[in-house]
Amino acid sequence: MGKVVVVTSGKGGVGKTTSTAALGAALAQTGKRVALVDFDVGLRNLDLIMGAERRVVFDLVNVTQGVAKLPQALIRDKRVDTLFLLPASQTRDKDALTEEGVADVISALREKFDYVFCDSPAGIERGAQLAMRYADDAVIVTNPEVSSVRDSDRIIGLLDSRTLKAERGESVNKHILVTRFDAARAARGEMLNINDVLEILSTPLLGIIPENQGVLRASNIGSPVTLSEPSNAAARAYIDAAKRLEGEDLPVVLPFQRQGFFDRLFGRRAA
Amino acid sequence: MNSIAPVQNAQSEPVQRKPIRFNARSFVTFALAPEAPLTEWFARLDQWTENSPGFFAGRPVVLNLNHFTLDAEEIGDLVDGLADRGIRVFAIEAKDAEDLGPDLPPLLTGARAIPVEEPQPAHRPANTNEQAEPARTVEQKTLIIEAPIRSGQSIFHPHGDVIVLGSVGSGSEIIAGGSVHIYGTLRGRAFAGVMGNPNARIFCQKNEAELLAVDGWYRTADDMEPSSRGRAIQAFLDNEVIWVSALD
Repeated sequence: MGKVVVVTSGKGGVGKTTSTAALGAALAQTGKRVALVDFDVGLRNLDLIMGAERRVVFDLVNVTQGVAKLPQALIRDKRVDTLFLLPASQTRDKDALTEEGVADVISALREKFDYVFCDSPAGIERGAQLAMRYADDAVIVTNPEVSSVRDSDRIIGLLDSRTLKAERGESVNKHILVTRFDAARAARGEMLNINDVLEILSTPLLGIIPENQGVLRASNIGSPVTLSEPSNAAARAYIDAAKRLEGEDLPVVLPFQRQGFFDRLFGRRAA
Repeated sequence: MNSIAPVQNAQSEPVQRKPIRFNARSFVTFALAPEAPLTEWFARLDQWTENSPGFFAGRPVVLNLNHFTLDAEEIGDLVDGLADRGIRVFAIEAKDAEDLGPDLPPLLTGARAIPVEEPQPAHRPANTNEQAEPARTVEQKTLIIEAPIRSGQSIFHPHGDVIVLGSVGSGSEIIAGGSVHIYGTLRGRAFAGVMGNPNARIFCQKNEAELLAVDGWYRTADDMEPSSRGRAIQAFLDNEVIWVSALD
């Protein structure tokens, strides 16, 4: 039985889709079977980030409605053959998804894959709640600034109340992934520092992804940064975060611009 | 599943075997007690809602007119005035009123046991024999929450203290009939003594609160002494003023 991981944030534009692609690709490269499911019905992006936009035939809505079978809709990545994408529908809206339909698709994916990543839409409404509904784990993508942190706090509240696990009295394993972290700006006090973010959210840290041009470059060529530029600082941070998601106990390194000189261990362990 | 449903063969016969269920349910609700002159009272209400926007959202209230005699038309205007402010009146409590007619919310009688929440208790005469029963018939219970309160969550505990072992996030609120104790950082809003208890207090280990209120009197972050920010504090009511004092 695979693990269902929702990538969520509340706030838009913080890097959910980029992180879904990067984490999923990093895990697939280690031989895990990984499915990436785009829940952003009506505003899909994951197909672009994965460079699969010209290969979409059927989508998540088609599968939930029984128009297409799951294997017909899954798109195999051309670079890593254990990586698959289930795209969202661009012509529909979030009301096209039903809870039962999503439940069936997720349980079918759980049988076939080691990891099922659900790329959540922004917001806290139906679409976001369906994306998190069947999750075992949650990656909460947060930028080091106050509005993003408060929205993440709100999302954690929903993860603790609206998911199937929460309703059964269990709890979703939650991890904070701080993205677009700029060490120089944090040092100048122009950004929240990591300790503030973690103190407010009181949730374990999965990783810190530095602000990096490579991430944008990768998005524009339709590739997860962990595949196109694996030695890039952001890609390495994603690869480490993926290992932590696997349960590896790696110390989190605070990313600095001048690597090697300022590199230092951050005295915190991911859970 | 075994079929235990009544047989439904005859089209004409409606199924009547399932009885309609009635049961008595008791709810705790906020009651607003307007005072004359109404324009002034509305102004104070606006001031309050400006500082606590959304406080009444999704919280229908009872209009308490026990100390205020109005005719049906005046009550209608009052209800409309509240509706304009997004406050939905679902019932009216008025001692002497007869039937108010179909256009107004229904009359409620028999409110008891819990002292009626009054936004401005100091402006009213001390309780007379009008209050039917003393407050102590309500069992005081403490609510202990062993997790952080997240943004958007609202904890409503009308009878007794609330203790939070963790932080209270920005954009969340705790509303307690008794005192509020927070073993963590308070970044949201805390209301103590909401059922009319001026002796309730708010305690927190680190004060980053958006608003502190005791018995309807409140203080927003802007009105707090900057020196109380980031410190362990208690907030209490003295002579209708909220005091925020450091504990360390």
